[in-house]
Amino acid sequence: MNHTIVALVEDKPGVLNRVASLFRRRAFNIESLTVGHTEQPGVSRMTIVVDSDDVSIERLIAYLYKLVNVIQVEDLTHVPRVTRDLAMIKVSATPENRTHIMQTVDVFRARIVDVTNTSFIIEITGDEEKIEGFVEVLRPLGIIEMVRTGVVAMARGGAPLYVNGNGNGNGVHAAHYAS
Amino acid sequence: MKLTGAQILWETLVREGVEVVFGYPGGANLPIYDAMLDYPVRHVLTRHEQGAAHMADGYARASGRVGVAMATSGPGATNLVTGIATAMMDSSPVVFITGQVASRFIGFDAFQETDVTGITLPITKHNYLVTRTEEIGPTLREAFYIARTGRPGPVLVDIAKDAQQNAIEWEYNGGPIKMRGYRPDLRPGTRQIQQALEMIAAAKRPLILAGQGVLLSNAMSELREFAERANIPVAMTLLGIGCFPATHPLNLGMMGMHGEAWVNHAIQEADLLLAFGMRFDDRVTGNVNTYARNARKIHIDIDPAEINKNIKVDLGLVGDLRDTLRQILEHLEPQEHTDWLAHITEMKGDSAVRDVQNLPPDGHLYAAHVIHDLWRTTGGNVLVTTDVGQHQMWSAQYFKQDHPHMWITSGGLGTMGFGLPSAIGAKIARPDQEVWTIVGDGGFQMTQAELSTAAQENVKVNVAIINNGFLGMVRQWQEFFYERRYAATPMRSPDFVKIAEAHGLTGLRVTTREEVIPAIQRAGRTEGTVVIDFRVEQEDSVYPMVPTGADLHNMIRRPVPNRIVETAQDEI
Repeated sequence: MNHTIVALVEDKPGVLNRVASLFRRRAFNIESLTVGHTEQPGVSRMTIVVDSDDVSIERLIAYLYKLVNVIQVEDLTHVPRVTRDLAMIKVSATPENRTHIMQTVDVFRARIVDVTNTSFIIEITGDEEKIEGFVEVLRPLGIIEMVRTGVVAMARGGAPLYVNGNGNGNGVHAAHYAS
Repeated sequence: MKLTGAQILWETLVREGVEVVFGYPGGANLPIYDAMLDYPVRHVLTRHEQGAAHMADGYARASGRVGVAMATSGPGATNLVTGIATAMMDSSPVVFITGQVASRFIGFDAFQETDVTGITLPITKHNYLVTRTEEIGPTLREAFYIARTGRPGPVLVDIAKDAQQNAIEWEYNGGPIKMRGYRPDLRPGTRQIQQALEMIAAAKRPLILAGQGVLLSNAMSELREFAERANIPVAMTLLGIGCFPATHPLNLGMMGMHGEAWVNHAIQEADLLLAFGMRFDDRVTGNVNTYARNARKIHIDIDPAEINKNIKVDLGLVGDLRDTLRQILEHLEPQEHTDWLAHITEMKGDSAVRDVQNLPPDGHLYAAHVIHDLWRTTGGNVLVTTDVGQHQMWSAQYFKQDHPHMWITSGGLGTMGFGLPSAIGAKIARPDQEVWTIVGDGGFQMTQAELSTAAQENVKVNVAIINNGFLGMVRQWQEFFYERRYAATPMRSPDFVKIAEAHGLTGLRVTTREEVIPAIQRAGRTEGTVVIDFRVEQEDSVYPMVPTGADLHNMIRRPVPNRIVETAQDEI
């Protein structure tokens, strides 16, 4: 099944390569990987969706912690969370189907962000299921091009992921073994 | 103080306690070499960068300190790769320093440019590309810290030539090293210690599996106290040899593919395995589905990623082994396991009748004879390094190491050519210690050029070539599993006596058992390195053997004289 892993990493050159290389070397398949800045300077956040069983994920998290630049790793698969993916879809728009497309966009709460005489670019944000449903509806109308950002995820509730902000890292992981 | 990057490098290395570096100069590390002349550091010029890597590794393993190897960019750096991977697989603390082309050329396929940090990413504990002079000092301090702490390992620092050349205002900063993502100091909790004590108290047939972690954490006396107080026998991994005295009554010897038969049977019959600083390598477990099915398992290791990796355990304790054992020892009650120990002793009898040592003389010289005689003649007070293959397994079986840090071998990677250079590194680390390397005729030829290094550096290591005219271990597999079709394993070697003499060293040849001890004694007396070409039985095999993927108890055994027994007679 798909697991959603969040990793806080040091924002240094080559870190993305280290993480990606680890997945390849240990034979894990990445479904999607996103990386971007966080509220903390010098810390980047990766959301990695990986198809694997629970036992292997534990092993994967331990491997990730072996990377010196990895500060914290959490598996959000089994916790309440918000996940979002963003897609931009370019569809061909003819005089006949323009209205139909715009109605579909409304139903899915997507937005049209570029219009020409022959095409739309539609932007949609949501979890993967919603986006896939939208794509299926658009497909018969003629998708010219599509791009997706991949999933980002955040646990619900008030607690921050990064509980151990004093520069120690490994907090949750250490607790896992030392409880 | 205004210093160049190269000077800053040496200032930092000297403060890290570096006295010796092994390496090879070239265009991209010339500034480092130029600055070196002004610092109190011994440089050992090797004949190939692989030799430098293995020497630094041997130095590290013999001394417990961080070894340092250097190479230039491009081919210099790629020649280190086998040595880096060797150090990685065997958790050896080595810092590799490579020169890189000037930063403005990086990425332009410049002369002798390779992406060394890219190439070594999966075979280093961590690595760095340094393009600014300011980064050299702090990066090197981090590199040494990472290499020696936690689970030790190799760290590579690739330094652009202009960063070596540029000068900056510099003061040494010896403050604490802060790395957000690196926490080498995990410890088990008291509840887990309690759980371990309960499992140990409940066990009737417990067995300790001792690995290199015992040596890396200096837990030898704790292990001994543990084993003696609870009367638990100790089996060792290949790299664990020496962590518990070979002649101790509770020592069973080596486990695994070429482990002693009674050890492997004991593992399969045990009801509790105590895995101390080992990692259940596939050469140790055989078929994981049938491995120690009767046993509950406690695994103590400093690397959390090793817990439940190869073998699912009942209790994993993550932490420094010595500290963890001390915590357990505070409450460990004395125990007797008389029946269990007697049972294991009984199993040893069957092996004794098969041992080549106990066969009547047939006029042939066996590798076991050579290694046994080396052990006897020297009183065992010898640091032994090996290459990889049959001679390595025979050395593990027949050279009874009673002391720690006297056995250096390439276990995880299985690197042929490791023996001679690692011996040179070990001898330089411990000049007063007699050092032998036991090698095969195949592996020795991979790095025999380092004889020249030994000669130039006046380093005395004695070389025992177990020469059977074959790539012996591969030949053995061909005999057992490929119908004796000896594809590419017969090997014609040069005259090793003349090879030694060509380097200004002493060469000896031994073809009979009677000549073995005199040759060993002569090597001991002779000044300078002695190479002995032991011409041994060509088609002897290492027994017992667990074929790859087979159950640990299903070993191929040495046939009992006058009775052909191909497999274990006592399957579980």
